[in-house]
Amino acid sequence: MRVLGISGSLRRGSFNSGLLRAAADSLPPGAELEVFDGLKAIPPYDADDDLEGGPEPVRALRAALAEADAVLIATPEYNASLPGVLKNALDWASRPHATNPLRGKPAAVVGASTGMFGAVWAQAEGRKVLATIGARVVDAELPVAEADERFDAEGRLADIEIEERLGEVVRELVAAAEARAEGLAARAA
Amino acid sequence: MTATATAIPAGTYKDDGVHSTAAFAVKHMLATFRGAFGRFSAELTVDEDGRAKLVGTVPVDTVIVKDENLAAHLQSPEFFDAEQHPEIRFESSEIAVDGSSVTLAGDLTIKGHTERVTAQGSVVGPIEDPFGNVKLGLQFETVVDRTKFGLNWNAPLPKGGFILANDVTLSVDLELLQG
Repeated sequence: MRVLGISGSLRRGSFNSGLLRAAADSLPPGAELEVFDGLKAIPPYDADDDLEGGPEPVRALRAALAEADAVLIATPEYNASLPGVLKNALDWASRPHATNPLRGKPAAVVGASTGMFGAVWAQAEGRKVLATIGARVVDAELPVAEADERFDAEGRLADIEIEERLGEVVRELVAAAEARAEGLAARAA
Repeated sequence: MTATATAIPAGTYKDDGVHSTAAFAVKHMLATFRGAFGRFSAELTVDEDGRAKLVGTVPVDTVIVKDENLAAHLQSPEFFDAEQHPEIRFESSEIAVDGSSVTLAGDLTIKGHTERVTAQGSVVGPIEDPFGNVKLGLQFETVVDRTKFGLNWNAPLPKGGFILANDVTLSVDLELLQG
């Protein structure tokens, strides 16, 4: 079971990247989380450049998505929505619509912000975008508000309640991936 | 299964794949949006006592709409979830024929949800075609609430209400060939 983690923040000390590290620690046995680190290299979406699999950084993203059994996105909130780099990456990933690597794939969105609301709008936008792309979106939310107080000096999540809720989201995501695989296997049999 | 008031001759009838249609219509904001399925199979069996049974299956990945992105969206978990539920199925439990009128009751399964539905329609024929085959026409229609089948997608309109209605009209026109 492979979960691909994507952080919507490029910042070195990103709380959302920290959330993904914490998510990796809360995975059930047999599951692993790999963090996609190529977001910054992805160029602005241009259909004219989307030839033969697209530019190399886009091919890397599409391959990572295709190899994953599930996707976990951790996003900050910029101006009440998703960061442009994350939306741009999802736009690349979504093409062509009928065969994109997110189709049918279980995906969950969590988010941290230093504000009062824990990126709830960005998470809602993320779920909407993923559902439109064709992902199997887990109906769960994890708003980590005042994130600067939830992580220690080394960038480790240091809030037991959030850790537990993150674990619930991750388990739900992994369960959705297992249910999908069972469904596909049952039909193949 | 119920005895038909006006008997359809006993036998097995199958759609010929070309002259039959399975379509749907749903209100989209102001207009009625229509789509269809490019492929399906239907089989009507009538026994010597006049009892009839219709079984129909539709592969959801054959949906026909005018935009490829919409067609892809319809396959996704927000709509039919073709990956996990590739087929729509109808199996009648009762078919009552009265003159040319027909009433069907049965189980409709979409996206893994099975609901009891009743459809009204008409039966025409049988007639003999120019090639010596026996043909039977069967047409029926029903309205279902798509949310009962887990097809819940919608979006709010800025001044209230939603883009897509929940009630969907399903229309089936079958030209059946006696086997």
